Amino acid sequence: MATKKWRRELPLHLMVIPGLILVLIYHYGPMAGITIAFQKFIPAKGFFDSKWIGLENFRYVMSLPDTWQILWNTVYIAVMKIVAGLVVPITVSLLINEMGKALIKRSVQTLIYLPHFLSWVILGGILIDLLSPSQGIVNQFLGYLGIEPIYFLGLDAWFPYTLVISDVWKEFGFSTIVYLAALTSINPTFYEAAIVDGASRWKQTLYITLPGMMPIIILLTTLSLGNVLNAGFDQVFNLYSPQVYKSGDIIDTFVYRIGLVDAQYGVATAVGLFKSVVSFFMITISYYLAYRLANYRIF
Amino acid sequence: MQYMTPGRRLFVIVNYAFLILLSLLCLLPLIHVLALSFSSSAAATAGYVKFWPVEFTTNSYQFVLKKPEFLASVWVSVKRVVLGTLVNMVLTVLLAYPLSKEVKAFRMRTIYVWFFFLTMLFGGGLIPWYMVIKETGLLNTIWALIIPGAVPVFNVILLLNFFRGLPKELEEASFIDGAGHWTTMWKIFVPLSLPALATITLFAMVGHWNSWFDGLILMNSPDNYPLQSYLQTVVIRRDLSLVSQSSLADLANVSDRTSKAAQIFMGALPILLVYPFLQRFFMKGIVLGSVKE
Repeated sequence: MATKKWRRELPLHLMVIPGLILVLIYHYGPMAGITIAFQKFIPAKGFFDSKWIGLENFRYVMSLPDTWQILWNTVYIAVMKIVAGLVVPITVSLLINEMGKALIKRSVQTLIYLPHFLSWVILGGILIDLLSPSQGIVNQFLGYLGIEPIYFLGLDAWFPYTLVISDVWKEFGFSTIVYLAALTSINPTFYEAAIVDGASRWKQTLYITLPGMMPIIILLTTLSLGNVLNAGFDQVFNLYSPQVYKSGDIIDTFVYRIGLVDAQYGVATAVGLFKSVVSFFMITISYYLAYRLANYRIF
Repeated sequence: MQYMTPGRRLFVIVNYAFLILLSLLCLLPLIHVLALSFSSSAAATAGYVKFWPVEFTTNSYQFVLKKPEFLASVWVSVKRVVLGTLVNMVLTVLLAYPLSKEVKAFRMRTIYVWFFFLTMLFGGGLIPWYMVIKETGLLNTIWALIIPGAVPVFNVILLLNFFRGLPKELEEASFIDGAGHWTTMWKIFVPLSLPALATITLFAMVGHWNSWFDGLILMNSPDNYPLQSYLQTVVIRRDLSLVSQSSLADLANVSDRTSKAAQIFMGALPILLVYPFLQRFFMKGIVLGSVKE
């Protein structure tokens, strides 16, 4: 009996095996490689013969004056992005919901998720041109209004906000989809009843639409917690320059520079490990909260 | 039709105006780049180009399309998208089918699911990832862009959830007719999930087309760069450490603005072409993925 069951399950195991092996090598392999965070890693010696130095790499990183600034930048930029990335799509979806004409409504929706599908290389190229202080069309436009050119990508005072605004610009349309889907699932009889009771459009929004969206808002808010250390490598890497390292350097770009540019493998891995561990806890907490508050299960 | 109070009427007008403006804001940057790419260098440098080409010319496209590096990188990207999507899809189906089974039918299921899911929560970070790819000998081959990301765990979970929603009876009927798991997967599950598969295929294709970082660091020689990595080096990377503070503002002038615009536009073109299909599928796909039950 036991063998028969095993025989029946054999094809299922066979299906899993190719993926299993690849994940084992390319996802679990790097997890094992984390050990070099505790070594004075020398590539020529490999990770079996490099010297173990305990927490030396971590101590070294913490002694760097830049480290705390980078950690702050990461959290600051990420939190601004999370908040703006919730507020803007919710507002836009409410506004789109107020549009009657189907064709315009659909055109608006189609256009606002266009930037989502373009890579940060493409958008970076566009933004660098658009925001250039000498030639960029944005500064030309500001010039008409009598405003001096602003170097959006080259000044610490502007760079983080440029990041947040361009990130919202890229993603708000796409995030709107989920809220719009939630809006269509609100029972229309609620609105009919409210109209009979003489509720204004604003009152309807306040007492029917918003509460109707609440579950999905709570869900996405809790899930966004997991991203507190993800300020967006692709975007920052394509937009920043040494001039704005002070305000724009984030953990991921820092790891790239000390690891792949300066070849300090052990130190970079230590920083990466710190990020992975904190992120792991944040994601776990956010999944747990999403499960408790919104009954969300991923599988 | 409800009677519109003056306040409501004002709101409706402002609302339409605002949303149309907002959608133009998403489109105009691309149109500006397109206009630049078809304008003469002189007009572009002088800042005359807004949203329509000035002194129309196809010079920059002729220039770009003659550059062997550009064409080579397009070819790498095409190979990558085709091979990568194929590998992604085969593995996605192969994993989603067994993992969608009940524990009763597949006892190891929960362990496997956790094994894959864990990779979404925790990773080794950049350096160990790079070293594993190096140790397995993939550096500087097209497979470096395909194999490490061959298992898109998120897509597996999307498809797995879709499979679970299919009626159990179909599967039972198939078994009674004497079909095994392979036949059932291929003849019943795959044909029934074409919309979900199309969504995931598009996810995979767009992902491969848009990837740039792996190409940048896993390829030793720029000849092997896919298009987006190539664009990253020619359009974006400006080594500002070598430039004096005073000339920084003029840096954009140094390289030819119109040819950059042409290359940016060509990097976006495939996405723009599949976009009409994309957005319809993605709309279903994202809803399928994020608001379950």
